[in-house]
Amino acid sequence: MSVLELRSISKVYGKGAAEVQALRDVSLTVAAGEMVAVMGPSGSGKSSLLTIAGTLEEPTSGAVLINGEDVHAMSGGAKARVRRRTIGYVFQDFNLLPGLTAVENVALPLELDGTSMRRAYLAGAKALEALGLAGRARAFPDQLSGGERQRVAIARATVGERQLLLADEPSGALDSANGEGVMRLIHAACKRGVAAVVVTHDAQLASWADRVIFLRDGRLADQTAAPAGPESLLERPS
Amino acid sequence: MSVRHALLALLSEGPKYGLQLREEFEARTGEVWPLNVGQVYATLQRLERDGLVAAAGEDPVSEPGTQGAPQKAYEITEVGSAELAQWLRVPPDQSTPPRDDLVMKILIAIRIPGTDVYEVIQAHRRYLVQLMQEWTRLKGDAPGAEDDGGGPGDLAFGLVVDAELFRLDSVVRWLDAAEGRLRRAAADGRLTAAPASASAASAASGASAASGAAAEPVAVLRRRIGGGR
Repeated sequence: MSVLELRSISKVYGKGAAEVQALRDVSLTVAAGEMVAVMGPSGSGKSSLLTIAGTLEEPTSGAVLINGEDVHAMSGGAKARVRRRTIGYVFQDFNLLPGLTAVENVALPLELDGTSMRRAYLAGAKALEALGLAGRARAFPDQLSGGERQRVAIARATVGERQLLLADEPSGALDSANGEGVMRLIHAACKRGVAAVVVTHDAQLASWADRVIFLRDGRLADQTAAPAGPESLLERPS
Repeated sequence: MSVRHALLALLSEGPKYGLQLREEFEARTGEVWPLNVGQVYATLQRLERDGLVAAAGEDPVSEPGTQGAPQKAYEITEVGSAELAQWLRVPPDQSTPPRDDLVMKILIAIRIPGTDVYEVIQAHRRYLVQLMQEWTRLKGDAPGAEDDGGGPGDLAFGLVVDAELFRLDSVVRWLDAAEGRLRRAAADGRLTAAPASASAASAASGASAASGAAAEPVAVLRRRIGGGR
């Protein structure tokens, strides 16, 4: 069963003359362990796709299924639980809360979900340790470098038993080494079974994905073929 | 890529046999450039002829691991070392734009009636991104820069893969920019307009000073690209 399924999603903003059709009949399934990148020029609907997949916004028509369950049919409480427990978000500017330390930022979604403070804190510390940030757990966001903030954001998005990672331009304004770093972390999360959707205009970042889909004027215009396997490139006669 | 200078570089560490040179060459280029042993010996002969390397030692000895066939070890000469140092610092020629088939195809696509140029652009973009995925997959399987594992071979591999990814990425970016430019042109009604000869004529009659200024860089580019033929 796919972790995320979008069925014929359309999204219209505004009415009448101001009407903008952001998405038109987009269908997409993402399996556990799979990374899908979404590319397209600005205004092609990339970010709408992500907010709808993240249940932060309702589609105008079509259905969003998380682990096979139709989000539209869920109660408000159930939807909030899915957001807190199943989905992790990574934003362009990482959105860390400035008044909380690194480990508190990571522990926050667990605490909000009712995990005891102590257990949430331990899970947060463990997630940071896994990303090489054990020594920075008590630092505040403004004491962290860009690369460290980005790792904290990924730790927060993957802490607990999260199954779906949604990232919008996750490398933000980072340099290429740190941009690669963020993709390696998402790639590693996928190897552990997390499904990921990464929106980016950067082909180098997108090339980390198993599948790249191209949006054009709100439509799924094209996508890359299934992976050919790493050996194909080396075997190609030069 | 200069096999000649790569062999000189390997010999600058000390005398080596042909087979050894091949193995070390492949290891240091991240095993991305295969090199056959015939190429190695042919290159060594030319280097010896030019006085850049010389046979090391008096007697040919059996190379370990071969069937007792006598093998010759080579060492770099002073002239060879000077040549190597000089070569490292001479920039490869980047001043002449290559005659790029992809650019040609897009230029032609916008002139053929009924051709969806965006669809043509997307076909090339998809191909490039797929190729980038294959390279990135190789990089993803190799140890990362932040991992402490990985020897000099992994480092060379990472550098080679990055070079390819940046090269392909620049082509994708050009396609993105080209698409943006074409869409703006289409919105202004300039894309479906008259063929180039007519528009050039109208531009010349419209503003001769401006077109004169524009003509000069075009002529320079034309000479450069033409020179590569």
